[in-house]
Amino acid sequence: MTEHPDLTPTFGTGAAVSTDPTPVAGVALDPTPSLGSTPSQTVGPYLHIGLLWPDGPDVVPAGTPGAISIRGQVFDGAGAVVPDALVETWQADPDGRFDHPDDPRGARPAAVPGFRGFGRSATDADGRYEIRTVKPGALPDADGETEAPHLNLSIFARGLLHRLVTRLYFPDEEAANGTDPVLAAVDPARRATLVARPEPDGFRFDIHLQGPDETVFFAV
Amino acid sequence: MTTDHIRATEPNERGDGEFDADGIVPVAGAARPSGLVLPRYRHDDPDTHPPMLFPDYGSTNLRAPKQPLALLPQRLTEVTGPLLGEGRLGELDHDLTRQHAGEPQGQRIIVHGRVLDGNGRPVPHTLVEIWQPNAAGRYRHANDNWPAPLDPNFTGVGRTLTDADGHYRFVTVQPGAYPWRNHPNAWRPAHIHFSLFGQAFTQRLVTQMYFPGDPLFFQDPVFNSVRDPLARERLISRYDHSVTEPEWALGFEFDIVLRGREATPFEDGEDDD
Repeated sequence: MTEHPDLTPTFGTGAAVSTDPTPVAGVALDPTPSLGSTPSQTVGPYLHIGLLWPDGPDVVPAGTPGAISIRGQVFDGAGAVVPDALVETWQADPDGRFDHPDDPRGARPAAVPGFRGFGRSATDADGRYEIRTVKPGALPDADGETEAPHLNLSIFARGLLHRLVTRLYFPDEEAANGTDPVLAAVDPARRATLVARPEPDGFRFDIHLQGPDETVFFAV
Repeated sequence: MTTDHIRATEPNERGDGEFDADGIVPVAGAARPSGLVLPRYRHDDPDTHPPMLFPDYGSTNLRAPKQPLALLPQRLTEVTGPLLGEGRLGELDHDLTRQHAGEPQGQRIIVHGRVLDGNGRPVPHTLVEIWQPNAAGRYRHANDNWPAPLDPNFTGVGRTLTDADGHYRFVTVQPGAYPWRNHPNAWRPAHIHFSLFGQAFTQRLVTQMYFPGDPLFFQDPVFNSVRDPLARERLISRYDHSVTEPEWALGFEFDIVLRGREATPFEDGEDDD
């Protein structure tokens, strides 16, 4: 399908790994069939009937010790609020772990009871979304460094033919943010768009789809 | 699960090529040993998905970002994702014709298919969410008030999990087309919205399933925003007589392909080529 010559794997060509040809479980080492992905389409204006859950904004249950709110508004290129967006969040637990088989440190449930890692909130008439969560831990990075605590966000809306992806970083993690490899690669002039602002009970993170304060969005 | 991953003992050579997709900025840095080996998901051909800005679809004009996207390397947060299970499902969530006291109006249909990854492997036990208008083309939504009737016996919302083979199945009614104000005499072709999670943040997909031979395709900017005609065809379900049930319902097949993994695992941090 895709021809990205630069994506040619380097793994397996080095002497260090050639001594261990053990295939990864479930992953063939010979050329695999490549099916074209199903294209993305917009969620449209009526996403609410299909994608809202009563507990959607609850990454952690009500009453969880240390729970924080993450809230903000979504704005369009004219500075108007976007009242029909959906914001989804995905994050590590407070120990920086994922209860997922592809976390190579091993899947394990979070120490926080009821932690789901995932949240979703539609925006209201004022363009406001809000989720309740706990702060994620830092994550190990392949370079022996760490990724600063962060949430991945997906934004869906009428007028977005594909989701937008961004990251939320925390303002009280200045040192960790200073060495975060993803933040480091972002234009310094726009880096602040990825850092939330403190609020008494959590953090505020506004999302600007366009305009002078346009949020940094990612291809993942 | 360490058995699923090869532990590298030496740093891999770092590809130093520049990412060539439109305007995507690579992340700089040098690889050092860490032992964190992660799967990596292939990037789709740029014409598979619609562009963010597609002026024929007016709502994109003030909502599509103007700045180029930055490349987010696939690290732990990207190769994991929510694995949502039975707890999200109600008993009748897969059958949109049995969620009320009576049966909804319209042509009863069975929509089924498989969720696969780009390597052709089934994506098992993954949540599939759908929503749609009723047979008259009206959504049960406060903002949809065009003069078509609501159906007291139809909500238009379904959820299910794929089975071990990646298969899903819904019973619903054929959705109607409906007008919108994007351009003069604009009508959306009949469609069902689909939301999929797959197994990783990278695989999240929201799309729309269309019906074969719809005469409204030619004037629909949402459908036509997909530039690759072969990719566009992948949005259209197939009439499936083998699933059609005698004296009951018509069958349609819609397979969904989420991004596939590279055949070989990569050390985390090798994503910038």
